[in-house]
Amino acid sequence: MAVSLAMTVNGKPVSAEVDARTLLVDFLRNHLALTGTHVGCDTAQCGACTVHLDGRAVKSCNVLALQAQNASVVTIEGLIADDGTMHPMQAAFRDCHGLQCGFCTPGMVMSAIDLVNRHPQADEATIRAELEGNLCRCTGYHNIVKAVRQGAAVMGK
Amino acid sequence: MGANDKTGLAGVIGQSVLRKEDARFLTGTGQFTSDVVMPRQTHAYFLRSPHAHATIRSIDLAKAKGSPGIVGIFTAADLTGVNGLPCGWLITGTDGKPMNEPPHPVLAQGKTRYVGDPVAVVIAETIEQAKDAAEQIVVDYDVLPAVVSSVDALKPDAPQLHEQAPGNRCYTWALGDKAAVDAAFAKAAHVTKLDIVNNRLVPNAIEPRAAIASYNRAEDAYTLYVTSQNPHVERLLMTAFVLGLPEHKVRVIAPDVGGGFGSKIYLYPEETALVWASKRLNRPIKWTADRSEAFLADAHGRDHVTHAELALDQNGKFLALSVRTTANMGAYLSTFASCIPTILYATLLAGQYTTPAIWCEVTAAFTNTAPVDAYRGAGRPEATYVVERIVRDAAVELGISQEELRRRNFIREFPYQTPVALSYDIGNYDQTLDGAMEAADVAGFPARKADAKKRGKLRGIGYASYIEACGIAPSNIAGALGARAGLFEAGEVRVHPTGSITVFTGSHSHGQGHETTFAQVVAGRLGVPVENVDVVHGDTGRVPFGMGTYGSRSLSVGGTAIVKAVDKIIAKGKKIAAHLLEAAETDIEFHDGKFVVAGTDRSKTFGEVALAAYVPHNYPLDKLEPGLNENAFYDPTNFTFPAGTHICEVEVDPDTGVVEVASFTACDDFGNIINPMIVEGQVHGGVAQGLGQALLEHCVYDRETGQLLSGSMMDYALPRADDMPPFNVQTKVTPCTHNPLGAKGCGEAGAIGAPAAFMNAVLDALAPLGVKHLDMPASPHRVWSAIRAAHANA
Repeated sequence: MAVSLAMTVNGKPVSAEVDARTLLVDFLRNHLALTGTHVGCDTAQCGACTVHLDGRAVKSCNVLALQAQNASVVTIEGLIADDGTMHPMQAAFRDCHGLQCGFCTPGMVMSAIDLVNRHPQADEATIRAELEGNLCRCTGYHNIVKAVRQGAAVMGK
Repeated sequence: MGANDKTGLAGVIGQSVLRKEDARFLTGTGQFTSDVVMPRQTHAYFLRSPHAHATIRSIDLAKAKGSPGIVGIFTAADLTGVNGLPCGWLITGTDGKPMNEPPHPVLAQGKTRYVGDPVAVVIAETIEQAKDAAEQIVVDYDVLPAVVSSVDALKPDAPQLHEQAPGNRCYTWALGDKAAVDAAFAKAAHVTKLDIVNNRLVPNAIEPRAAIASYNRAEDAYTLYVTSQNPHVERLLMTAFVLGLPEHKVRVIAPDVGGGFGSKIYLYPEETALVWASKRLNRPIKWTADRSEAFLADAHGRDHVTHAELALDQNGKFLALSVRTTANMGAYLSTFASCIPTILYATLLAGQYTTPAIWCEVTAAFTNTAPVDAYRGAGRPEATYVVERIVRDAAVELGISQEELRRRNFIREFPYQTPVALSYDIGNYDQTLDGAMEAADVAGFPARKADAKKRGKLRGIGYASYIEACGIAPSNIAGALGARAGLFEAGEVRVHPTGSITVFTGSHSHGQGHETTFAQVVAGRLGVPVENVDVVHGDTGRVPFGMGTYGSRSLSVGGTAIVKAVDKIIAKGKKIAAHLLEAAETDIEFHDGKFVVAGTDRSKTFGEVALAAYVPHNYPLDKLEPGLNENAFYDPTNFTFPAGTHICEVEVDPDTGVVEVASFTACDDFGNIINPMIVEGQVHGGVAQGLGQALLEHCVYDRETGQLLSGSMMDYALPRADDMPPFNVQTKVTPCTHNPLGAKGCGEAGAIGAPAAFMNAVLDALAPLGVKHLDMPASPHRVWSAIRAAHANA
């Protein structure tokens, strides 16, 4: 069944006719060609597909596109300023070597921003607990934690 | 490296240069295989066997072929002229016969041998249509008894997988001098015995495997995008051995690849079927594995069952080591399966020690499980786990400290010929043990243990002094040992007219940061800014040749190929500069990015020489070709031998069996380091995978049905941020003696040292309760059960 869909993605209005069963992640990747959002599992465990839905981090593999009707979605592509400047969290991941293969990275960054929004003064234990829903197989998380702390510090300024 | 730098790599070398590749990954503009979209692309879904072992009586496709959107459905019956997938290493058994090598069909032929064995490929306009049609396929299976453990498979009454492998035996192979080992045991003052299981793992790179194959009818040529660690090897195996295609008509591109850890080395059935079908259908075909599919059908790792005995004299000197291992190959031989529990395992059993006699016998068995192949470390973690567990037990039994027993047996003279074929060129094992003990504050352990006790926790400390052999080499020796491929690496350095540089490497980066490290190598040697050097990898259409990335070989082998090409550039540049400066070639020196007439201030910059090579108006055209572009192939003369000591502390809750990693310290010797930030990151990731194996991860098949019980991220516990401690990573340097970079390799060390360090710590923590043995993973249930059993036996 095709349904009409309208939402704001990275600040721009988008609309489309999609199959009602379309997942938000597939809408972003296949309809809007926003391939920065990744799919790493099929059980909502890895978090590679994390985006912001009305300011809150969600796993977009676990949300129907329809559930984002009239909502505002931000993906990793939407974090960059018009002049190309990275979001402080993106810059912190680069500065702290918080990524290796880069596949989990977009979801990790989106989760990190969300956790800092909710816990601006997060300590290491809080950061580790909050990142429980995002799997990284490359970094062992050490430098991701470091990056989140640095990103939080810059975001707080 | 300072004034004594003989590598010619001053300046940017040894600096933590931020990664060039990060900008695209952080902004969502990387290009992974599943991001590739082709015009008119179709989607493939693989129908897989739901049974571990079954005869296929019939396959009825009629209904499925009428399903909406179907473009094609193929089974083994359609693949006429398509050969099986090859194994890249021939092991010769103790009986002098080649290993049993049953066919590994692209799609199951007459029989399925593991849950997930591909039976048919369904290709449709959309992936949903392909999946819907697959449900309409009727496969009539005659289910057969299954066997999943290697030990069970070798029993006389076990279900038989392959006609070509009687008794499910792939080979029984041995290394070492059994007579010498027997003689040493006969005179030993003490013998320590160990029965140990190295648990089966699923690699789980976060990017699932994917491929998109297309065929150009006008050119009769194919392009395959695939999640591969070694696209040239993929192409060679697929074209020459399986599909019978000319290599120059197949371009394999491994774009951004989201982690590999070994699992993306191999030639798999899926991409092979896609390439074949892309011509048949004359449409591009895309396939991306679901995670559930990855659990079923990616090559798994480890899965050893081992009995080991260590003979010692009255002073704690190791006299001999005897090891018998049963290794699980899975249902079919994956690309390098056969060499992992043999060549990459038994050869490492000397560890860091002077054990004069070693004998190892390995029996490899086929089972109704997914193929098993290299996973981060590949044989070397298994060897280290045996050696460091038995050394730990021996120290406990003899009442010698863990540090002291290791020191009494360290190799201190190099080169050192082990009794298991390898010759270590250099190392300093006291140095890395000292470094680890200092960084881990071993002296403060008793106080930390006492503090834990007050909190009701048992604190333990564990050591692992590991060795690994990286950059498998040289090709002629590997060939004599059964390798069916060369093990060199290729590189090309292309200097552009204005002096900027593109490097083409046969190594492949899937997280390792080659685009940065290799750029530093070239920039350092040529004295140009890192920004002026870009690195291209992962494309058979652009890179001359390549053996790819595995076995921590990229810098020591791939990097050296690049260095050789750079040196050819410098040599040619000197000739050009000599002409421009009207000096003798022998008087030209190259340093700091300049060609200088020795003892004068007359010079030409690297850029000026590059421009002269491409605008050869004033150029020795009678003696020299224009252009500045060089290729090199490098075949190492020996393995490299990274080594180090890892120290882990754990705290166990005796009431629940929950183990927490309290601290982890690694002190490693990787030889010279180009980018410390990247090297530390590699250690972090390796340690996390090693701790994952020891603390959490466990691939389990049901013993009766052969169903995969740990088939999703809900059932298979991957390490998460709150399972891991911060890591304390130190390095010491003894430069490798036989490559110009002095580099050894760092990618696998963490996964090699961590399991033994962790398990030794757990056993140390539980020792007061009488627990003497535990297998990985140290899950709460296992630990709690071990505590209960020890209590009951007390």
